[in-house]
Amino acid sequence: MRTSGRPAVTRLVPVLPFLWLGAFFLLPVLITLKISLSAAATAQPPYLPVLDWSAGPEGWGTFLEELDFANFETLANDALYRDAALSSLSLAAIATAFLLVVGTPIAYAMARAPARVQPLLVALVIVPFWTSFLIRIYAWIAILKPEGLLSAGLMRLGLIDRPLELLNTQAAVLIGLTYAYLPFMVLPLYAVFARLDPRLRDAAADLGASPTRVFWSVTLPLAGPGLMAGALLCFVPMVGEFIIPDLLGGSDTLMLGRVLWSEFFSNRDWPLASAVAILLLILVVGPLVLFREAETRRTEAAR
Amino acid sequence: MSTALLSLAHVTKAFGADMALDDVSLDLAAGEFFCLLGPSGCGKSTLLRLIAGFEAPTSGTLHLAGEDMAARPPHRRPVNMMFQSYALFPHMDVAANVGYGLKGLGRAGIAARVDELLRLVRLDGFGRRRPDTLSGGQRQRVALARALAREPKILLLDEPLGALDRTLRDETQGELRALQKRLGTTFIVVTHDPGEAMALADRIGVMDRGRLVQVGDAATLYERPATRFVAGLLGDVNLIAGQVADRTGDIARVETGLGSLHAGVQPDAPGAGAAVVVALRPERIVLGPADTATDAEPNALAGHVTEITYLGDRIRHRVRMADGSEIRATVAAGGQAPAFAPGDAVALGFPPGAATLLPA
Repeated sequence: MRTSGRPAVTRLVPVLPFLWLGAFFLLPVLITLKISLSAAATAQPPYLPVLDWSAGPEGWGTFLEELDFANFETLANDALYRDAALSSLSLAAIATAFLLVVGTPIAYAMARAPARVQPLLVALVIVPFWTSFLIRIYAWIAILKPEGLLSAGLMRLGLIDRPLELLNTQAAVLIGLTYAYLPFMVLPLYAVFARLDPRLRDAAADLGASPTRVFWSVTLPLAGPGLMAGALLCFVPMVGEFIIPDLLGGSDTLMLGRVLWSEFFSNRDWPLASAVAILLLILVVGPLVLFREAETRRTEAAR
Repeated sequence: MSTALLSLAHVTKAFGADMALDDVSLDLAAGEFFCLLGPSGCGKSTLLRLIAGFEAPTSGTLHLAGEDMAARPPHRRPVNMMFQSYALFPHMDVAANVGYGLKGLGRAGIAARVDELLRLVRLDGFGRRRPDTLSGGQRQRVALARALAREPKILLLDEPLGALDRTLRDETQGELRALQKRLGTTFIVVTHDPGEAMALADRIGVMDRGRLVQVGDAATLYERPATRFVAGLLGDVNLIAGQVADRTGDIARVETGLGSLHAGVQPDAPGAGAAVVVALRPERIVLGPADTATDAEPNALAGHVTEITYLGDRIRHRVRMADGSEIRATVAAGGQAPAFAPGDAVALGFPPGAATLLPA
């Protein structure tokens, strides 16, 4: 048999992604989950229990008994975490809405641009990635601070007579989020718009639809998967975003990423920080599962 | 002011340095079934898109029912188009596709009209289906119903049968023609298939590299082509180069490599001395054994059969002539075995009326 004689390497290839995901995704999640069920301790590592390998099966028993949901009870009972979760979700949702409003026209205009200039436009969307994310957010501090470019410019134009109080507000966080995640919205949307058969637009116009109706009744519904992909690609990481709220948001900007950071680094409460991480994972996996469900239902309906 | 429904005058369309349409003038009467025929890239689809309003002419004018269409966007023209491979909206069901262009009828009015249209194309009961659950022939009929929904003055059809397989195509040709006669709507079909053009249209416009080279009914184009391109497009043709020697009445004598040939000519045909091509359809040649060669026909030629191909309804002979050129002659098969074998000497003749003179 020739097939059984295939080199082992070839047969291993399909397994490789699973090995990768197992080692670098599943295992860390399981470790985080375990730590989230532990209790904080002044020790090395800073949590208990630690599995005693020498105690054999009995050691496992005591180990498992000592795990509990105390950290999650804290999360549920302390208003701080609930507020941080709600604020993360709502900021991410508002920023996603902004991104849809800003990103859709940009992506559509890119897709309708002459074919020659489209690669250039795509490159322009990607170019900011060549600069450090941190530096770009610092640049926004320079723009938004009271004596910064924006206030100075508006005052010079006579539109305002007093510097704007923008930096260290939720508005600054929303501006930062919308700016930083725009490419993740524009690129998937551009991909669907560019792939749309232009004859569908022609057909709609031919049947008497004004350009506005063509866009709302044909272009946008057919771009649905791209809109969903872009929205999720932005929403999911924004819920856990740390740098932008930390640099642009004020002390009142509560987001889970910041809470997690301070539990971990300031309070050295690894178990509670892990519980926050698990909560974050649940919050962002939820929408993904719903999206997958909707996709499956849509493809089945089409069949 | 002409009485034509559609009137194109000196329409030119350039894409950069490419002339997609070069000085096209055309008048269509209401109720006509017109066909634009030509190979891909000849400009026929551009002309269709220009009538629909998707392209603007570089120069020239387009009048529809007496009105200049220059400033009218596609959605304000009384013209609808059935697109190549149909361009049905994949996210809408059949009823929503067909009803997309209907306005001002109210919900019930639209539903009634959609039902009526679906009955017209024999798709009653398919309203709730999605386009991708339909066969190619059904999709074609949905596209037709959708394009007819607004009762256009002119229906434009871009390769309407191109995506169908052969048997379905023959059947659909008949249906399309019957439908057009029943509705009385002016149809303009674009096709690259001469057989389809001849089967469908009242008049055919042949396009070649952006120019409308000849307009006429199928018989005129076939029997009296204006150029070598038209002659070759509509069917096999023998082209024999020569020079007009003289004319007697409506018969011209042409000196060719095969000797003197006589061909019927129109009054406006080129006179003595002009370089011409004698176009001769293979089925118009009378083929006989070598010894039957007579002077009864003014055009008597001799040659040797090099190849015989049995095509079912006819038999094609390739004949090597004295000057080394080849003439193709076909005879109806009529259930009989070929009368000749390769190598046989044969006599060829044709009446002057069977040949046409074309510009060289």
